[in-house]
Amino acid sequence: MNALEVEIRRKAYRREGREVAALTDLAFAIPPGQFACIVGPSGCGKTTLLSIIAGLDRDFEGPVRRPAAASRLGMVFQTPRLMPWLSVRENVRLALDPPPRQESRAEELLREMQLGALLDAYPSQLSGGQQRRVALARAFVRDPELLLLDEPFQSLDAPTAQHLRDLLLALWARRRPTILFVTHDLREALSLGDRVLFLSAGPGRVVFDLPVDLPRPRDIESAAIDALRKRLLESYPDLLRGLAAASSAESAA
Amino acid sequence: MTVQALRPSDVWLRWLSALSFLAVWAVAAKLAQAPLLPGPGAVAMALVKLTASGQLPLDLGITLLRVAASFAFAMAAGAAIGIAMGRSRRLDAFFDLWLVLGLNIPALVIIYLCYIWGGLTEVAAIVAVGLNKVPNTATILREGARAVDRELLQVADVLRLPRLRRLRLVYLPQLYPYFMAATRSGLSLIWKIVLVAEFIGRSNGVGFRLNVYFEFFDITNILAYSASFIAVVLAAEAWLIRPLERRLTGWRA
Repeated sequence: MNALEVEIRRKAYRREGREVAALTDLAFAIPPGQFACIVGPSGCGKTTLLSIIAGLDRDFEGPVRRPAAASRLGMVFQTPRLMPWLSVRENVRLALDPPPRQESRAEELLREMQLGALLDAYPSQLSGGQQRRVALARAFVRDPELLLLDEPFQSLDAPTAQHLRDLLLALWARRRPTILFVTHDLREALSLGDRVLFLSAGPGRVVFDLPVDLPRPRDIESAAIDALRKRLLESYPDLLRGLAAASSAESAA
Repeated sequence: MTVQALRPSDVWLRWLSALSFLAVWAVAAKLAQAPLLPGPGAVAMALVKLTASGQLPLDLGITLLRVAASFAFAMAAGAAIGIAMGRSRRLDAFFDLWLVLGLNIPALVIIYLCYIWGGLTEVAAIVAVGLNKVPNTATILREGARAVDRELLQVADVLRLPRLRRLRLVYLPQLYPYFMAATRSGLSLIWKIVLVAEFIGRSNGVGFRLNVYFEFFDITNILAYSASFIAVVLAAEAWLIRPLERRLTGWRA
Protein backbone atom coordinates (compact mmCIF):
# COMPACT_ATOMS: atom_id res chain seq x y z
CA MET A 1 0.00 0.00 0.00
CA ASN A 2 1.32 3.43 -0.94
CA ALA A 3 0.90 6.81 0.64
CA LEU A 4 -1.91 9.14 -0.28
CA GLU A 5 -0.23 11.99 -2.15
CA VAL A 6 -2.07 15.16 -2.96
CA GLU A 7 -0.65 18.06 -4.96
CA ILE A 8 -3.51 20.20 -6.11
CA ARG A 9 -2.14 23.24 -7.86
CA ARG A 10 -5.49 24.81 -8.51
CA LYS A 11 -9.17 24.03 -8.25
CA ALA A 12 -11.67 26.69 -9.25
CA TYR A 13 -15.43 27.00 -9.50
CA ARG A 14 -17.45 29.04 -11.92
CA ARG A 15 -19.88 31.20 -10.06
CA GLU A 16 -22.03 33.69 -11.96
CA GLY A 17 -19.61 33.59 -14.86
CA ARG A 18 -16.57 34.35 -12.72
CA GLU A 19 -13.89 31.93 -11.62
CA VAL A 20 -13.52 31.53 -7.89
CA ALA A 21 -10.47 29.64 -6.62
CA ALA A 22 -11.45 26.99 -4.08
CA LEU A 23 -8.02 25.43 -3.51
CA THR A 24 -4.52 26.58 -4.48
CA ASP A 25 -1.18 24.82 -4.00
CA LEU A 26 -2.61 22.33 -1.59
CA ALA A 27 -0.07 19.58 -1.01
CA PHE A 28 0.39 16.86 1.56
CA ALA A 29 1.11 13.16 1.82
CA ILE A 30 -0.39 10.69 4.28
CA PRO A 31 1.57 7.47 4.89
CA PRO A 32 -0.37 4.19 4.88
CA GLY A 33 -2.33 3.51 8.03
CA GLN A 34 -2.12 7.04 9.38
CA PHE A 35 -5.14 8.76 10.90
CA ALA A 36 -5.00 12.35 9.62
CA CYS A 37 -7.47 15.08 10.46
CA ILE A 38 -8.11 18.15 8.37
CA VAL A 39 -9.28 21.27 10.14
CA GLY A 40 -10.23 24.58 8.61
CA PRO A 41 -12.77 27.36 8.71
CA SER A 42 -16.00 26.79 6.84
CA GLY A 43 -15.76 27.56 3.14
CA CYS A 44 -12.07 26.70 2.96
CA GLY A 45 -12.68 23.85 0.50
CA LYS A 46 -12.55 20.82 2.80
CA THR A 47 -15.46 19.09 1.13
CA THR A 48 -14.08 19.95 -2.31
CA LEU A 49 -10.78 18.39 -1.32
CA LEU A 50 -12.46 15.13 -0.29
CA SER A 51 -14.50 15.06 -3.50
CA ILE A 52 -11.29 15.34 -5.50
CA ILE A 53 -9.56 12.59 -3.54
CA ALA A 54 -12.63 10.36 -3.88
CA GLY A 55 -12.56 10.86 -7.64
CA LEU A 56 -15.98 12.55 -7.71
CA ASP A 57 -14.50 15.79 -8.99
CA ARG A 58 -12.00 15.52 -11.84
CA ASP A 59 -11.88 19.18 -12.79
CA PHE A 60 -8.66 20.34 -11.12
CA GLU A 61 -4.96 20.77 -11.82
CA GLY A 62 -2.25 18.66 -10.27
CA PRO A 63 -1.69 15.01 -9.42
CA VAL A 64 -3.53 13.06 -6.72
CA ARG A 65 -2.31 9.55 -6.00
CA ARG A 66 -4.57 7.32 -3.98
CA PRO A 67 -3.10 4.44 -2.03
CA ALA A 68 -5.89 2.03 -2.82
CA ALA A 69 -7.62 0.52 -5.78
CA ALA A 70 -10.90 2.30 -6.36
CA SER A 71 -12.79 -0.64 -4.90
CA ARG A 72 -11.06 -0.17 -1.55
CA LEU A 73 -12.25 3.38 -0.99
CA GLY A 74 -14.72 4.20 1.76
CA MET A 75 -16.42 7.53 2.20
CA VAL A 76 -18.73 9.00 4.81
CA PHE A 77 -20.47 12.21 3.82
CA GLN A 78 -21.68 15.10 5.94
CA THR A 79 -25.19 13.70 5.80
CA PRO A 80 -25.77 9.93 5.89
CA ARG A 81 -26.96 9.75 2.28
CA LEU A 82 -28.71 6.41 2.68
CA MET A 83 -31.03 5.19 -0.04
CA PRO A 84 -34.48 5.74 1.51
CA TRP A 85 -36.00 2.86 -0.50
CA LEU A 86 -33.47 0.30 0.72
CA SER A 87 -33.55 -1.32 4.14
CA VAL A 88 -30.63 -0.90 6.53
CA ARG A 89 -29.25 -4.27 5.45
CA GLU A 90 -29.64 -3.48 1.75
CA ASN A 91 -27.99 -0.09 2.15
CA VAL A 92 -24.88 -1.74 3.53
CA ARG A 93 -24.96 -4.60 1.00
CA LEU A 94 -24.92 -1.94 -1.71
CA ALA A 95 -21.22 -1.50 -0.96
CA LEU A 96 -20.43 -5.19 -1.52
CA ASP A 97 -19.53 -6.50 -4.94
CA PRO A 98 -20.83 -9.00 -5.86
CA PRO A 99 -23.90 -8.43 -3.69
CA PRO A 100 -24.24 -11.26 -1.17
CA ARG A 101 -27.38 -13.39 -1.27
CA GLN A 102 -27.26 -14.50 2.34
CA GLU A 103 -26.10 -13.24 5.69
CA SER A 104 -22.71 -11.73 5.23
CA ARG A 105 -20.26 -9.29 6.61
CA ALA A 106 -22.93 -6.58 6.26
CA GLU A 107 -25.15 -8.11 8.94
CA GLU A 108 -22.18 -8.98 11.11
CA LEU A 109 -20.98 -5.39 11.08
CA LEU A 110 -24.46 -3.98 11.70
CA ARG A 111 -24.87 -6.24 14.73
CA GLU A 112 -21.50 -5.10 16.02
CA MET A 113 -22.79 -1.56 15.73
CA GLN A 114 -25.93 -2.41 17.72
CA LEU A 115 -28.17 -2.22 14.69
CA GLY A 116 -29.02 -5.92 14.68
CA ALA A 117 -32.68 -5.26 15.54
CA LEU A 118 -33.07 -2.77 12.71
CA LEU A 119 -31.73 -4.80 9.77
CA ASP A 120 -34.98 -4.58 7.84
CA ALA A 121 -35.98 -1.06 8.89
CA TYR A 122 -35.98 1.77 6.38
CA PRO A 123 -33.79 4.85 6.99
CA SER A 124 -36.82 7.04 7.66
CA GLN A 125 -37.55 4.89 10.70
CA LEU A 126 -34.11 5.49 12.24
CA SER A 127 -32.81 8.27 14.46
CA GLY A 128 -30.08 10.57 13.17
CA GLY A 129 -27.41 8.70 15.13
CA GLN A 130 -28.61 5.34 13.81
CA GLN A 131 -28.57 6.61 10.24
CA ARG A 132 -24.98 7.72 10.68
CA ARG A 133 -24.04 4.35 12.05
CA VAL A 134 -25.49 2.73 8.92
CA ALA A 135 -23.49 5.16 6.79
CA LEU A 136 -20.36 4.19 8.72
CA ALA A 137 -21.14 0.51 8.26
CA ARG A 138 -21.55 1.07 4.53
CA ALA A 139 -18.08 2.61 4.40
CA PHE A 140 -16.49 -0.03 6.69
CA VAL A 141 -18.00 -3.10 5.07
CA ARG A 142 -15.67 -2.98 2.08
CA ASP A 143 -12.71 -3.10 4.39
CA PRO A 144 -11.35 0.11 2.86
CA GLU A 145 -7.69 0.95 2.53
CA LEU A 146 -8.54 4.62 2.32
CA LEU A 147 -11.36 6.06 4.36
CA LEU A 148 -12.55 9.62 3.79
CA LEU A 149 -14.87 11.20 6.34
CA ASP A 150 -16.46 14.62 5.93
CA GLU A 151 -17.61 15.96 9.30
CA PRO A 152 -19.44 12.70 9.82
CA PHE A 153 -20.52 13.32 13.40
CA GLN A 154 -21.59 16.93 13.32
CA SER A 155 -24.96 17.90 14.76
CA LEU A 156 -25.11 14.77 16.90
CA ASP A 157 -25.43 14.91 20.67
CA ALA A 158 -22.13 14.47 22.52
CA PRO A 159 -22.58 10.86 23.77
CA THR A 160 -23.73 9.62 20.34
CA ALA A 161 -20.85 11.38 18.61
CA GLN A 162 -18.40 9.88 21.12
CA HIS A 163 -19.83 6.41 20.62
CA LEU A 164 -19.35 6.73 16.86
CA ARG A 165 -15.81 8.06 17.29
CA ASP A 166 -15.01 5.01 19.41
CA LEU A 167 -16.42 2.75 16.69
CA LEU A 168 -14.27 4.47 14.11
CA LEU A 169 -11.14 4.14 16.25
CA ALA A 170 -11.89 0.46 16.87
CA LEU A 171 -12.15 -0.18 13.15
CA TRP A 172 -8.97 1.75 12.52
CA ALA A 173 -7.12 -0.19 15.23
CA ARG A 174 -8.23 -3.49 13.70
CA ARG A 175 -7.73 -2.86 9.98
CA ARG A 176 -5.42 0.13 9.84
CA PRO A 177 -6.86 1.95 6.83
CA THR A 178 -5.44 5.33 5.92
CA ILE A 179 -7.95 7.85 7.24
CA LEU A 180 -8.62 11.42 6.25
CA PHE A 181 -11.09 12.97 8.66
CA VAL A 182 -12.43 16.45 7.99
CA THR A 183 -13.83 18.45 10.88
CA HIS A 184 -14.17 22.03 12.04
CA ASP A 185 -13.92 20.96 15.67
CA LEU A 186 -10.31 21.25 16.84
CA ARG A 187 -10.97 19.18 19.96
CA GLU A 188 -12.36 16.33 17.88
CA ALA A 189 -9.33 16.48 15.57
CA LEU A 190 -6.88 16.40 18.46
CA SER A 191 -8.67 13.49 20.10
CA LEU A 192 -8.67 11.37 16.93
CA GLY A 193 -5.70 12.11 14.71
CA ASP A 194 -2.05 11.07 14.54
CA ARG A 195 -1.72 14.35 12.82
CA VAL A 196 -3.78 17.47 12.14
CA LEU A 197 -3.53 19.50 8.91
CA PHE A 198 -4.79 23.06 9.15
CA LEU A 199 -6.25 24.66 6.05
CA SER A 200 -6.39 28.39 5.48
CA ALA A 201 -9.58 30.24 4.69
CA GLY A 202 -10.50 29.86 0.99
CA PRO A 203 -8.78 29.32 -1.32
CA GLY A 204 -7.59 26.58 0.96
CA ARG A 205 -4.05 25.37 1.35
CA VAL A 206 -2.17 23.66 4.18
CA VAL A 207 -0.87 26.30 6.55
CA PHE A 208 0.15 24.11 9.45
CA ASP A 209 0.94 20.45 9.89
CA LEU A 210 0.79 19.29 13.50
CA PRO A 211 1.81 15.81 14.66
CA VAL A 212 -0.27 14.74 17.66
CA ASP A 213 1.60 12.30 19.88
CA LEU A 214 -0.79 12.18 22.82
CA PRO A 215 -1.10 8.59 24.07
CA ARG A 216 -4.20 6.60 23.13
CA PRO A 217 -6.92 6.05 24.16
CA ARG A 218 -7.66 9.75 24.40
CA ASP A 219 -10.61 11.44 26.00
CA ILE A 220 -12.01 14.38 24.08
CA GLU A 221 -12.88 16.09 27.37
CA SER A 222 -9.45 15.51 28.91
CA ALA A 223 -7.26 18.29 30.28
CA ALA A 224 -4.40 17.28 27.98
CA ILE A 225 -6.44 17.91 24.85
CA ASP A 226 -7.84 21.09 26.26
CA ALA A 227 -4.35 22.34 27.13
CA LEU A 228 -3.01 21.47 23.70
CA ARG A 229 -5.89 23.27 22.08
CA LYS A 230 -5.40 26.38 24.21
CA ARG A 231 -1.68 26.41 23.50
CA LEU A 232 -2.32 26.18 19.76
CA LEU A 233 -4.84 28.97 19.80
CA GLU A 234 -2.48 31.19 21.79
CA SER A 235 0.63 30.43 19.75
CA TYR A 236 -1.00 30.74 16.34
CA PRO A 237 -3.84 33.18 16.73
CA ASP A 238 -3.76 34.31 13.09
CA LEU A 239 -3.42 30.83 11.70
CA LEU A 240 -6.46 29.57 13.46
CA ARG A 241 -8.59 32.67 13.55
CA GLY A 242 -11.51 31.05 11.76
CA LEU A 243 -11.49 28.17 14.19
CA ALA A 244 -10.85 30.19 17.32
CA ALA A 245 -13.91 32.28 16.58
CA ALA A 246 -15.98 29.14 16.15
CA SER A 247 -14.65 27.55 19.33
CA SER A 248 -15.09 30.60 21.54
CA ALA A 249 -18.64 30.91 20.27
CA GLU A 250 -19.13 27.28 21.27
CA SER A 251 -17.78 27.74 24.79
CA ALA A 252 -19.80 30.90 25.22
CA ALA A 253 -22.98 29.02 24.29
CA MET B 1 -54.24 10.75 -6.45
CA THR B 2 -54.32 7.98 -3.88
CA VAL B 3 -57.63 7.13 -2.34
CA GLN B 4 -57.59 7.92 1.32
CA ALA B 5 -58.16 4.88 3.50
CA LEU B 6 -61.69 4.84 4.81
CA ARG B 7 -62.33 4.69 8.49
CA PRO B 8 -64.29 1.54 9.35
CA SER B 9 -67.16 3.70 10.57
CA ASP B 10 -67.36 5.29 7.12
CA VAL B 11 -67.48 2.07 5.11
CA TRP B 12 -71.27 1.86 5.39
CA LEU B 13 -71.44 5.31 3.81
CA ARG B 14 -69.77 3.87 0.73
CA TRP B 15 -72.36 1.11 0.51
CA LEU B 16 -75.17 3.56 1.09
CA SER B 17 -73.78 5.73 -1.68
CA ALA B 18 -73.70 2.83 -4.16
CA LEU B 19 -77.18 1.66 -3.24
CA SER B 20 -78.70 5.12 -3.49
CA PHE B 21 -77.13 5.54 -6.93
CA LEU B 22 -78.85 2.37 -8.08
CA ALA B 23 -82.10 3.52 -6.44
CA VAL B 24 -82.04 6.93 -8.13
CA TRP B 25 -81.36 5.22 -11.45
CA ALA B 26 -84.18 2.70 -10.94
CA VAL B 27 -86.69 5.37 -9.95
CA ALA B 28 -85.72 7.61 -12.86
CA ALA B 29 -86.12 4.69 -15.29
CA LYS B 30 -89.50 3.81 -13.79
CA LEU B 31 -90.74 7.38 -14.13
CA ALA B 32 -89.41 7.78 -17.67
CA GLN B 33 -90.95 4.49 -18.83
CA ALA B 34 -88.94 4.90 -22.02
CA PRO B 35 -86.66 2.54 -23.94
CA LEU B 36 -84.05 5.32 -23.91
CA LEU B 37 -83.48 4.91 -20.16
CA PRO B 38 -83.47 1.25 -19.12
CA GLY B 39 -83.30 0.48 -15.39
CA PRO B 40 -80.49 -1.34 -13.57
CA GLY B 41 -82.37 -4.63 -13.75
CA ALA B 42 -82.62 -4.58 -17.54
CA VAL B 43 -78.95 -3.65 -17.84
CA ALA B 44 -77.95 -6.48 -15.51
CA MET B 45 -79.96 -8.95 -17.62
CA ALA B 46 -78.28 -7.69 -20.78
CA LEU B 47 -74.91 -8.04 -19.08
CA VAL B 48 -75.61 -11.68 -18.24
CA LYS B 49 -76.82 -12.44 -21.76
CA LEU B 50 -73.84 -10.74 -23.43
CA THR B 51 -71.43 -12.55 -21.15
CA ALA B 52 -73.05 -15.93 -21.72
CA SER B 53 -72.92 -15.52 -25.49
CA GLY B 54 -69.18 -14.88 -25.24
CA GLN B 55 -69.38 -11.67 -27.22
CA LEU B 56 -68.73 -9.27 -24.35
CA PRO B 57 -65.71 -11.16 -22.91
CA LEU B 58 -64.21 -11.32 -26.40
CA ASP B 59 -64.65 -7.59 -27.06
CA LEU B 60 -63.42 -6.72 -23.61
CA GLY B 61 -60.38 -8.97 -24.00
CA ILE B 62 -59.43 -7.45 -27.36
CA THR B 63 -59.80 -3.91 -25.99
CA LEU B 64 -57.70 -4.79 -22.94
CA LEU B 65 -54.94 -6.18 -25.15
CA ARG B 66 -54.92 -2.93 -27.11
CA VAL B 67 -54.80 -0.94 -23.89
CA ALA B 68 -51.87 -3.02 -22.65
CA ALA B 69 -49.91 -2.67 -25.90
CA SER B 70 -50.56 1.08 -26.23
CA PHE B 71 -49.69 1.61 -22.60
CA ALA B 72 -46.41 -0.29 -22.85
CA PHE B 73 -45.46 1.63 -25.97
CA ALA B 74 -46.40 5.01 -24.44
CA MET B 75 -44.54 4.36 -21.18
CA ALA B 76 -41.37 3.12 -22.87
CA ALA B 77 -41.20 5.92 -25.44
CA GLY B 78 -42.39 8.64 -23.06
CA ALA B 79 -40.01 7.62 -20.30
CA ALA B 80 -37.03 7.49 -22.64
CA ILE B 81 -37.79 10.94 -24.05
CA GLY B 82 -38.64 12.46 -20.66
CA ILE B 83 -35.56 11.12 -18.88
CA ALA B 84 -33.28 12.24 -21.70
CA MET B 85 -34.79 15.72 -21.56
CA GLY B 86 -34.62 15.87 -17.78
CA ARG B 87 -30.94 15.02 -17.85
CA SER B 88 -29.79 17.34 -20.60
CA ARG B 89 -30.50 21.04 -20.54
CA ARG B 90 -29.85 21.32 -24.27
CA LEU B 91 -32.16 18.49 -25.29
CA ASP B 92 -34.77 20.02 -23.05
CA ALA B 93 -34.45 23.46 -24.59
CA PHE B 94 -34.63 22.00 -28.07
CA PHE B 95 -37.52 19.57 -27.68
CA ASP B 96 -39.63 21.52 -25.22
CA LEU B 97 -41.67 23.07 -28.03
CA TRP B 98 -42.26 19.65 -29.59
CA LEU B 99 -43.56 18.43 -26.27
CA VAL B 100 -45.95 21.36 -25.99
CA LEU B 101 -47.20 20.64 -29.50
CA GLY B 102 -47.64 16.97 -28.68
CA LEU B 103 -49.53 17.74 -25.49
CA ASN B 104 -52.00 19.87 -27.39
CA ILE B 105 -52.75 17.89 -30.55
CA PRO B 106 -56.35 16.65 -30.26
CA ALA B 107 -56.51 12.89 -29.78
CA LEU B 108 -58.85 12.59 -32.74
CA VAL B 109 -56.31 14.20 -35.09
CA ILE B 110 -53.59 11.78 -34.03
CA ILE B 111 -55.93 8.85 -34.56
CA TYR B 112 -57.00 10.04 -38.01
CA LEU B 113 -53.42 10.70 -39.09
CA CYS B 114 -52.24 7.29 -37.88
CA TYR B 115 -55.03 5.52 -39.76
CA ILE B 116 -54.39 7.59 -42.89
CA TRP B 117 -50.66 6.99 -42.86
CA GLY B 118 -50.65 3.47 -41.45
CA GLY B 119 -53.87 2.06 -42.86
CA LEU B 120 -56.73 0.68 -40.79
CA THR B 121 -54.43 -1.81 -39.06
CA GLU B 122 -53.92 -3.06 -35.54
CA VAL B 123 -50.47 -1.46 -35.34
CA ALA B 124 -51.82 1.91 -36.45
CA ALA B 125 -54.52 1.72 -33.78
CA ILE B 126 -52.08 0.88 -31.01
CA VAL B 127 -49.59 3.52 -32.09
CA ALA B 128 -52.37 6.11 -32.35
CA VAL B 129 -53.57 5.45 -28.82
CA GLY B 130 -50.04 5.30 -27.43
CA LEU B 131 -48.93 8.50 -29.15
CA ASN B 132 -51.65 10.38 -27.32
CA LYS B 133 -50.00 9.43 -24.05
CA VAL B 134 -46.31 9.81 -24.95
CA PRO B 135 -46.02 13.60 -24.40
CA ASN B 136 -47.77 13.32 -21.05
CA THR B 137 -45.48 10.51 -19.84
CA ALA B 138 -42.46 12.43 -21.10
CA THR B 139 -43.50 15.54 -19.19
CA ILE B 140 -43.95 13.65 -15.93
CA LEU B 141 -40.71 11.67 -16.23
CA ARG B 142 -38.79 14.80 -17.21
CA GLU B 143 -39.86 16.28 -13.89
CA GLY B 144 -38.62 13.12 -12.18
CA ALA B 145 -35.26 13.12 -13.91
CA ARG B 146 -34.77 16.76 -12.95
CA ALA B 147 -35.50 15.98 -9.32
CA VAL B 148 -32.97 13.15 -9.09
CA ASP B 149 -30.76 13.58 -6.03
CA ARG B 150 -27.19 14.09 -7.17
CA GLU B 151 -25.87 13.38 -3.69
CA LEU B 152 -27.19 9.83 -3.87
CA LEU B 153 -25.64 9.37 -7.30
CA GLN B 154 -22.32 10.44 -5.78
CA VAL B 155 -22.66 7.62 -3.29
CA ALA B 156 -23.03 5.24 -6.22
CA ASP B 157 -19.92 6.81 -7.77
CA VAL B 158 -17.86 6.37 -4.61
CA LEU B 159 -19.00 2.76 -4.37
CA ARG B 160 -18.08 2.31 -8.05
CA LEU B 161 -21.37 0.52 -8.63
CA PRO B 162 -21.67 -1.28 -11.95
CA ARG B 163 -24.09 0.44 -14.35
CA LEU B 164 -26.95 -1.96 -13.96
CA ARG B 165 -26.91 -1.97 -10.15
CA ARG B 166 -26.62 1.79 -10.11
CA LEU B 167 -29.65 2.06 -12.38
CA ARG B 168 -31.71 -0.50 -10.49
CA LEU B 169 -30.88 0.45 -6.90
CA VAL B 170 -30.00 4.15 -7.00
CA TYR B 171 -31.38 5.87 -10.10
CA LEU B 172 -34.71 4.26 -10.98
CA PRO B 173 -36.14 4.11 -7.46
CA GLN B 174 -36.04 7.90 -7.45
CA LEU B 175 -38.27 7.83 -10.52
CA TYR B 176 -40.80 5.26 -9.27
CA PRO B 177 -43.22 7.86 -7.86
CA TYR B 178 -43.17 9.57 -11.26
CA PHE B 179 -43.69 6.26 -13.07
CA MET B 180 -46.67 5.62 -10.84
CA ALA B 181 -48.14 9.05 -11.54
CA ALA B 182 -47.65 8.50 -15.28
CA THR B 183 -49.23 5.05 -15.01
CA ARG B 184 -52.34 6.33 -13.31
CA SER B 185 -52.95 9.31 -15.56
CA GLY B 186 -51.88 7.22 -18.55
CA LEU B 187 -54.31 4.40 -17.99
CA SER B 188 -57.23 6.73 -17.46
CA LEU B 189 -56.37 8.51 -20.71
CA ILE B 190 -55.77 5.33 -22.70
CA TRP B 191 -58.99 3.66 -21.49
CA LYS B 192 -60.91 6.50 -23.05
CA ILE B 193 -58.99 7.01 -26.25
CA VAL B 194 -58.79 3.33 -27.14
CA LEU B 195 -62.57 3.29 -27.59
CA VAL B 196 -62.40 6.17 -30.04
CA ALA B 197 -59.67 4.46 -32.04
CA GLU B 198 -61.76 1.28 -32.10
CA PHE B 199 -64.95 2.81 -33.35
CA ILE B 200 -63.12 4.74 -36.06
CA GLY B 201 -60.91 2.00 -37.41
CA ARG B 202 -61.43 -1.48 -35.94
CA SER B 203 -64.12 -4.08 -36.38
CA ASN B 204 -64.11 -5.48 -32.85
CA GLY B 205 -63.55 -4.36 -29.29
CA VAL B 206 -65.68 -2.35 -26.88
CA GLY B 207 -65.46 0.87 -28.88
CA PHE B 208 -66.58 -0.78 -32.12
CA ARG B 209 -69.49 -2.52 -30.35
CA LEU B 210 -70.67 0.67 -28.62
CA ASN B 211 -70.85 2.35 -32.00
CA VAL B 212 -72.92 -0.49 -33.42
CA TYR B 213 -75.40 -0.27 -30.52
CA PHE B 214 -75.49 3.50 -30.87
CA GLU B 215 -76.61 3.13 -34.47
CA PHE B 216 -79.50 0.94 -33.27
CA PHE B 217 -80.25 3.24 -30.31
CA ASP B 218 -79.72 0.17 -28.12
CA ILE B 219 -79.15 1.97 -24.80
CA THR B 220 -79.46 -1.18 -22.69
CA ASN B 221 -76.48 -2.84 -24.32
CA ILE B 222 -74.50 0.41 -24.34
CA LEU B 223 -74.95 0.66 -20.59
CA ALA B 224 -74.13 -3.02 -20.14
CA TYR B 225 -70.85 -2.57 -22.00
CA SER B 226 -70.08 0.59 -20.01
CA ALA B 227 -70.75 -1.20 -16.73
CA SER B 228 -68.41 -4.05 -17.61
CA PHE B 229 -65.78 -1.56 -18.71
CA ILE B 230 -66.02 0.39 -15.45
CA ALA B 231 -65.75 -2.86 -13.52
CA VAL B 232 -62.55 -3.76 -15.35
CA VAL B 233 -61.03 -0.33 -14.66
CA LEU B 234 -61.83 -0.54 -10.96
CA ALA B 235 -60.48 -4.10 -10.77
CA ALA B 236 -57.25 -3.03 -12.47
CA GLU B 237 -56.90 -0.20 -9.96
CA ALA B 238 -57.45 -2.45 -6.96
CA TRP B 239 -55.51 -5.55 -8.02
CA LEU B 240 -52.84 -4.15 -10.31
CA ILE B 241 -52.05 -0.50 -9.73
CA ARG B 242 -52.36 -0.28 -5.99
CA PRO B 243 -50.34 -3.40 -5.17
CA LEU B 244 -47.69 -2.22 -7.63
CA GLU B 245 -47.61 1.15 -5.95
CA ARG B 246 -47.29 -0.44 -2.52
CA ARG B 247 -44.38 -2.52 -3.76
CA LEU B 248 -42.50 0.33 -5.39
CA THR B 249 -43.09 3.13 -2.91
CA GLY B 250 -43.94 1.20 0.25
CA TRP B 251 -40.78 2.45 1.96
CA ARG B 252 -42.39 5.88 2.26
CA ALA B 253 -45.00 4.65 4.70
